[in-house]
Amino acid sequence: MMGPLTLNHYLLLSGVLFAIGTAGVFLRRNLITMLLSIEIMLNAVNLTFVAVGRFRGLVDGQIITFFVMTVAAAEAAVGLALIIALFRHRETLSPDAFTSLRW
Amino acid sequence: MDVLAFYAFAAITVIGSLLVIGQGNPMHSVMLLIVSFGGLSGLYVLLDAPFTAVTQIIVYAGAIMVLFLFVVMLLNVGREEPAPPNVPGLLGPTGMRFGVLLSLLLAVEFLWALGRVGVSWVTQGSTVGSVSSVALIGNGIFIRHAFAFEATSVLILVAMLGAVVLARREHP
Repeated sequence: MMGPLTLNHYLLLSGVLFAIGTAGVFLRRNLITMLLSIEIMLNAVNLTFVAVGRFRGLVDGQIITFFVMTVAAAEAAVGLALIIALFRHRETLSPDAFTSLRW
Repeated sequence: MDVLAFYAFAAITVIGSLLVIGQGNPMHSVMLLIVSFGGLSGLYVLLDAPFTAVTQIIVYAGAIMVLFLFVVMLLNVGREEPAPPNVPGLLGPTGMRFGVLLSLLLAVEFLWALGRVGVSWVTQGSTVGSVSSVALIGNGIFIRHAFAFEATSVLILVAMLGAVVLARREHP
């Protein structure tokens, strides 16, 4: 593993990060931490794009990264607004409190 | 040198992310995610993408995480409450174990696929010229991907309006 850096290093790291993000969504009972886990997953994908772009000599990997960041910003804004609206109803952030479709 | 830096930044990123999901205080989670993004931007520098690295710090750690921090402070939530003991189905402890199993399976599957397929067709191109020029990135975003760029502006506008409508009080 101590040879020259290859694409595999980056892909492995990105896979590990993505799995951590997935585990976070499943494990935590807090809506904010679940959104943070989604951000971890988005960043793992960003790392893949940049790494493949670097090793193929393309600039498109970095370009896609900016679009992913924009989508992440939009997702964070809408998600946090939803969390605030939900918190007004139940005074909690636990996803277990929001199992009914209407109240 | 590069290899050592890679392992250092990778360790920062992975340990930061593990700590984000490993403890219950959302405030600490946001702070640790900023640390993890710092490691990630170091990796971008190693990948000859300094502009992406700077954007990662300014936009992600600087803007999006501050938004999260504002909401955490606004709602003033402490540690999350423990799981209720007798929740049925996927919401209970059984479901949680199932979820951890699924994400472990995802990681193992990814490692297996990487080892089996092999990606030598891209690693041999590691001597290609650097693509870190900001002018190239600007050309790509504003000329070749102009439509996607404009669609992004519409997306941001819709998200902004949606956030305002969702977070508005119903009885002012």
